[in-house]
Amino acid sequence: MLVLGIESSCDESAVALYDTKKGLLAHQLYSQVELHAEYGGVVPELASRDHIRKITPLIQGLLKEADLTLQQLDGIAYTAGPGLIGALMVGTCIGRSLALGLGIPAVAVHHMEGHLLAPMLETPQPQLPFIALLVSGGHTLLVEVKQIGEYKILGESLDDAAGEAFDKTAKMLGLGYPGGPAIAEKAKQGREGLYRFPRPMTNRPGVDFSFSGLKTFTLTTWQKSEQTEQDKADIALAFQTAVVDTLLIKCKRALKQTQCHNLVIAGGVGANTALREKLNTLDATVSFPRLEFCTDNGAMIAYAGSLRLAKGEHEEARITPKPRWPIADL
Amino acid sequence: MKILAIETATSACSAALLIDDEIKVEFKLAPREHTRLILPMVELLLQDADLKLTQLDAIAFSRGPGAFTGLRIATGVTQGLALAADLAVIPVSTLAAMAQSAYHLYGHSNVVAALDARIAEVYWGQYYNDNGIMKPSIAEQVCKPSETPLITIPDCCAVGSAWAEYAIELNERQGSQLSQVDSELNPSAEFIALLAVEDYQQQKWVDASEAQPIYLRDNVAQTIAERQKNA
Ligand SMILES: Nc1ncnc2c1ncn2[C@@H]1O[C@H](COP(=O)(O)OP(=O)(O)OP(=O)(O)O)[C@@H](O)[C@H]1O
Repeated sequence: MLVLGIESSCDESAVALYDTKKGLLAHQLYSQVELHAEYGGVVPELASRDHIRKITPLIQGLLKEADLTLQQLDGIAYTAGPGLIGALMVGTCIGRSLALGLGIPAVAVHHMEGHLLAPMLETPQPQLPFIALLVSGGHTLLVEVKQIGEYKILGESLDDAAGEAFDKTAKMLGLGYPGGPAIAEKAKQGREGLYRFPRPMTNRPGVDFSFSGLKTFTLTTWQKSEQTEQDKADIALAFQTAVVDTLLIKCKRALKQTQCHNLVIAGGVGANTALREKLNTLDATVSFPRLEFCTDNGAMIAYAGSLRLAKGEHEEARITPKPRWPIADL
Repeated sequence: MKILAIETATSACSAALLIDDEIKVEFKLAPREHTRLILPMVELLLQDADLKLTQLDAIAFSRGPGAFTGLRIATGVTQGLALAADLAVIPVSTLAAMAQSAYHLYGHSNVVAALDARIAEVYWGQYYNDNGIMKPSIAEQVCKPSETPLITIPDCCAVGSAWAEYAIELNERQGSQLSQVDSELNPSAEFIALLAVEDYQQQKWVDASEAQPIYLRDNVAQTIAERQKNA
């Protein structure tokens, strides 16, 4: 079964072709990061305008790259939520209408299920059951995956998402947007052990997260410092180490609590090298998707969609973006 | 000639199927229901005409100005369907379609179409009759009601939501040239289809990937640099 996947939940337009026998055939992405950087964050209206410009040409380019035609598709999967309503609207409109026009089934994919399953695009595939740590711009989740489609949320962030904390902290330090890569880069020049930042919510039981206090702590530390470039680097490093440590502690707990030995990482923050190194020290099999599949991409949507289509799921001929769509509803 | 038309620029939602001299229309006033309604409307029209998408010559869509999300719904649906069936796409002005509608309803040869553009502005277009087809006499624009181009022709017909939303300002400025006002007239795919005919004959079409809305309002956010300058 050949499936086209379309992702447009935030600031990346992405498409991919996944074949249930041959695997991932091609994927393409257009990132709006530079556009929004000028504005200091994602401007929803501009994101929507870019999606409607880019998605169809991306689909055409993708088919060309894979040397396939639309008529060879067996189904279309698109991100229906959660995300920016206007951005989701574009992908769902194009995806659903294209499927209607081709007379093939369409399926609405949950963006976080896409992220969660992204590690399955790699060989060897992670073994089920696994624990997934989902750390992105909008989410911080620990999910127990007994089998595909069966997700139990073990813990989540009570306030800011991990990526959001990176982004906001970077903004405070004047490091630009997106903040994750900027902090990681700056932290390279940081000196270890100068600061001791809190590891929020690690001294009580449970696997929930909270990053808002850490963000405030970082700001206060920065304001009290002499605000040199070296201070900035030292603080960036201390902040990153605190986030990474916190995630590590919670992953360890989640693995223990479920007696599971497989951990998969997904979401944009999963691109963080310090996090990768730390998690690899865990006594478990840890799988990461390649960097480009950590952040938003079409491949994860095509893949998640192909599994649902294979089970016979499909959407009626309605355009149904779901900006708020709890993963627990799956 | 067979043209499918899609219109979702305002609180109305419609699709139309033109087959030579005949047009079938599905129309509903349904704020925020466009996403639920539009594809079934298309399916119904095709079914009733016993046609497949691939048998059409082109898809026309209401390219704006209008509500941003609404414009993207029509554009997205058009891109998807046209890509699937490899059809030519004809973008049609929403305001022109309203003027065409006014011409058919009231027989007026000079029509001013204006939609509420929010933030105290209007989308504005003026049209004249050229052999039964309404043509623009000035370029469409977005502006304050008090700064709309003065209508120079007497006995005009005014249509569109702006005439209700900004009734006082617009009447003060333009009232003397108007003989009729219908602020409840909404764009309909029927007239999108009709206006697409000439463009199709003149091969003024674009590829699915080039189908884009015309927003008129392009300054929707301030960059960091702009904010600092204005602070
Ligand atoms: N190297 C890195 N270190 C830390 N954070 C990073 C790194 N690279 C990216 N990020 C963060 O990842 C986030 C983007 O990830 P992703 O694209 O998965 O999330 P999103 O699309 O914003 O949110 P969601 O997927 O929850 O809707 C941003 O917050 C960014 O700062």
